[in-house]
Amino acid sequence: MNLNGIDDTPKMSWWNRLAHPGQFLSWTRPLIWPLTAVSAALFLLGLWFAFFNSPADYQMGDTVRIMYVHVPTAWLSQFVYAAMAVSALGTLVWRHPLADVSMKAAAPLGAVFTAMALFTGSMWGRPTWGTFWEWDGRMTSTLILLFIYLGIIALWRAFDDQLRAARVVAVFTLVGAVNVPIIKFSVDWWSTLHQPASVFRADGPTMPGSLLTPLFVMFFAFTLLFVTLQLLAMHTEIRRRRLVTLERRAVRGETT
Amino acid sequence: MSGFLGVLRRELRLSFAGGGEVLTLVLFFIIVGAIVPFAIGPDRALLASIAPGIIWIAAFLAMLLGLDRLFRPDREDGTLVLYRLADMSMASVVAAKVIAHWLTTALPLIIASPFLAMILAMDGPTFARTVVSLLLGTPALAAFGAFGAAITVAIRRGGLLAPILIAPLCVPVLIFGVGAIAPLGGPDQASSAMLFLAALSLMALALSPFAAALAIDWGEE
Repeated sequence: MNLNGIDDTPKMSWWNRLAHPGQFLSWTRPLIWPLTAVSAALFLLGLWFAFFNSPADYQMGDTVRIMYVHVPTAWLSQFVYAAMAVSALGTLVWRHPLADVSMKAAAPLGAVFTAMALFTGSMWGRPTWGTFWEWDGRMTSTLILLFIYLGIIALWRAFDDQLRAARVVAVFTLVGAVNVPIIKFSVDWWSTLHQPASVFRADGPTMPGSLLTPLFVMFFAFTLLFVTLQLLAMHTEIRRRRLVTLERRAVRGETT
Repeated sequence: MSGFLGVLRRELRLSFAGGGEVLTLVLFFIIVGAIVPFAIGPDRALLASIAPGIIWIAAFLAMLLGLDRLFRPDREDGTLVLYRLADMSMASVVAAKVIAHWLTTALPLIIASPFLAMILAMDGPTFARTVVSLLLGTPALAAFGAFGAAITVAIRRGGLLAPILIAPLCVPVLIFGVGAIAPLGGPDQASSAMLFLAALSLMALALSPFAAALAIDWGEE
């Protein structure tokens, strides 16, 4: 309040209010249980479709059902990196602590989804192509993406000071985001050089609806699973940071 | 500009005066290249066909090995703080260091590469292409390497981290570097690979000083 009785203290915009870590905890807490329930329901529905209500492929047989896990995780491996890059922008441009937290929470999730995509892919590759691993463009660039995720996790762990870590990781994440398309392009160039007639086509023929329905359901189930786990991991990280602050105060003998 | 040249001169003088580190890296490069035949056998035809890959791997490893001395000594003796306070942008300091790094690691390796070419049974034209592809590709390795060193400079035990972070980013350089030498898809492929390699180097040289400077400035605050 100033002398005229007019409140001229700067107001937080709605965005700042939503993104304040404490506020964030309180407005996202009620979301977690519904999200968990919806993604569990979608998983049940999708798995039921995948196992009992979709035909086996006339060439690949029952192994086609691996697709319902493989494709959603492969999509998430890239989507999570995009989410991390957006958070990195938030860290660099606005220096927002919530962006740091979101970036840090997303890295292990992205690594796990990428590893799952690679694992299910090689499980699928063994019966259909006869090999666990082929130096195909998509597989190779996914493997490199996994290395980048693991490098980012290692970078987070190497710093003691999390604020400094966030800025450095953000720079690396953005440089990685610029590089990922280049890596993708170069690996495609390289693998077509080695195997001129591509063994399989990734775009494939148009799928019949009986395969598409379970795929879509699983796709949304996995994406919601990521959103839920991301929120939970952000909550954990915010609380962990508070705990570290409280411990420091306690060590200094301050009372809160 | 005089500051830029000053940093460049200082880096060159340090690396040539500092106990023969340049020679150590060259020796490492040659030993890595010479150790491969022990692992895969002395078959000349096989060696000749994979020699470009061996030379690129050896150069890549040697350049990764030299990363830790790029910023860490300057941080430990306080020079990095002086650079940040100085009346020149951090990006131009990094650019000078990248150039000095290339001159003191990549160039000696390229000069030493005829020896590896000889013991790996490479023929003349292939070796000529190897030298051109190394000349075009190693600036990108130096630039990416400087970025990795800048990212990890604030970490006390970051020596192993920089290669881990940088190696995935260097995959395109290796692909086009070796692709430009061994034209598996015909000579057209090789020259397009050479052009991609040059493009990668130019882009990396142009962008990495800014990214590295950002990482140093914000890692030190």
